[in-house]
Amino acid sequence: MRHLMSPMDFSVEELEKLMDLAQDISADPAKYAHKCDGRILATCFYEPSTRTRLSFESAMLRLGGQVLGFATADSSSAAKGESVSDTIRIISSYADICAMRHPKEGAPMVAAQKSWIPVINAGDGGHQHPTQTLTDLMTIRSLKGSLSDMTIGLCGDLKFGRTVHSLINALCRYENVSFIFISPPELKIPDYIREDVLIRNNIPFKEVIKLDDVMPELDILYMTRVQRERFFNEEDYVRLKDFYILNKEKMALAKSDMMVLHPLPRVNEISVEVDDDERAMYFKQVKYGMYIRMALILTLLEIE
Amino acid sequence: MLNVGKIEEGFVLDHMNAGESLRIYHDLKLDELDCTVAMIMNARSRKMGKKDILKVECPIDMLDLDVLGFIDHKITVNVIKDGEIVEKKRLHLPKEIKNVIKCKNPRCITSIEQELDHIFVLTDPSTETYRCKYCEETYSRI
Repeated sequence: MRHLMSPMDFSVEELEKLMDLAQDISADPAKYAHKCDGRILATCFYEPSTRTRLSFESAMLRLGGQVLGFATADSSSAAKGESVSDTIRIISSYADICAMRHPKEGAPMVAAQKSWIPVINAGDGGHQHPTQTLTDLMTIRSLKGSLSDMTIGLCGDLKFGRTVHSLINALCRYENVSFIFISPPELKIPDYIREDVLIRNNIPFKEVIKLDDVMPELDILYMTRVQRERFFNEEDYVRLKDFYILNKEKMALAKSDMMVLHPLPRVNEISVEVDDDERAMYFKQVKYGMYIRMALILTLLEIE
Repeated sequence: MLNVGKIEEGFVLDHMNAGESLRIYHDLKLDELDCTVAMIMNARSRKMGKKDILKVECPIDMLDLDVLGFIDHKITVNVIKDGEIVEKKRLHLPKEIKNVIKCKNPRCITSIEQELDHIFVLTDPSTETYRCKYCEETYSRI
C-alpha cells in the first residue's frame, strides 16, 4: 500500500506515468466514469479549504466513487481532543482512501503510519502540498510540452508557502532547470530547501527582492499569496501582504510565451487586469488539478 | 591527585569535553539506572587540555550507545569486564534518534499529538544535520 506525503514519493518515471494517465482521463472522461464504483474517499480537512477539498471530491465523484469527511477541525472529533493516530484508524474502517489536510506539519505522515488505507497529504501547515505540485507539474507539462530547460520564478511568500517547497523539490529532478526566488527578506526560502535541495544538487538559483528586474528572464512565473494563517503576528502580515502585485506593466516586461501560475486563492498579488492576458494560466491549472487527482486516486487504489 | 577505583563491569567514557559530563549523565538517563557512576571533571589531558570522564558500573548491554554517538561521537567508550578493558567502541552518528531531543517547531505535529515519538533523522553526515522526521525542521544544538 502506498501513500503520498511528498511529490518525491514518486520517481520521475512514476510521475510521467501518472501525468499520462491524467492526460488520458482528460481526453476521454467517460472511460473512467465507473472505475471507482463502490469506493469511498474520506476528505479529512482540519483546516479550511475550498479548492483542494472540492477538487478531491469532484475527482472521486467523476470516477464513480463516493465521498465523506469533514471540512474543519471543529466538526471533527479533533475538537474533543482525539489524536490524528486514532482518527485515521476510525476513518480506515469507513473509507478506502483518505485525503488529509492539517495545520500541523507532519500530521498526514502520522496518519499514514497508523492507517490501513492509502493516505494523501492534502497540505500540512507550511510544509508540503504534493497534489498541488502534481497539478503544477501537469499544467506546465501540458502547456509547455516538457518539464526541462526552463527558468522558473517563484514570487511572494517563499518561507511558509508549502506549494513552493514542494514544487522546487519536484522540479529539481528535471534537466536544465534554474530558479529565481523573488521575495522580501523575511519570506525567503527556508534553509533546508536552499542547502539540502538546491546547493546539494547544484541547481542554479538566485534570490532577489524586485520582480521587475527578473521578469524578462522567466519562462514561468509562479505567484503565491502571503498567507495570514501562517503568521503569529498580525503586524508582519499587514506589512508584507501587498509586497508584490503583478499587473499589466510588469507583464509587459515578460517573454511572449511566459506562463503565470498561481496555486489560488489569490488576494491582491495578481491584479484582475492580468486575467485576460493569454499568459495567465492559473484558472486552467484548476482543471488539471482535478484530472491529476483522479489519476492519483486510481493509482493509489491500484485500479487499472 | 584524585583516585577513583576500578570498576568490575561497565563503561568508561573518556575524552568528553570538559564540563560536558553532567549533561551527558542526564542525556544517557544514568540517573534512572540503578548503577554506580563516577564523574571526573576537568581531568588533565595531553590531547584536550582538560577533559571529563564518566565511569559507569552496570551490565554492558544497558547503555544506549546510539544516543552517545548523537551527543558526541568523538567520545571514547571503553567496555570493562572483570576489571579489564575488553573492547574500545567507536561511536558513529546514528541514522535516526528517537525521544532524545524534541522538535521545537511549534507548527510540528509533535507539539500536539499525544504519545508520538520524537524522531530525528540524520540528513547530512558532513554537517551532522538532523531533521525532524515529520516537519523536517533542523535540530540546532544551540
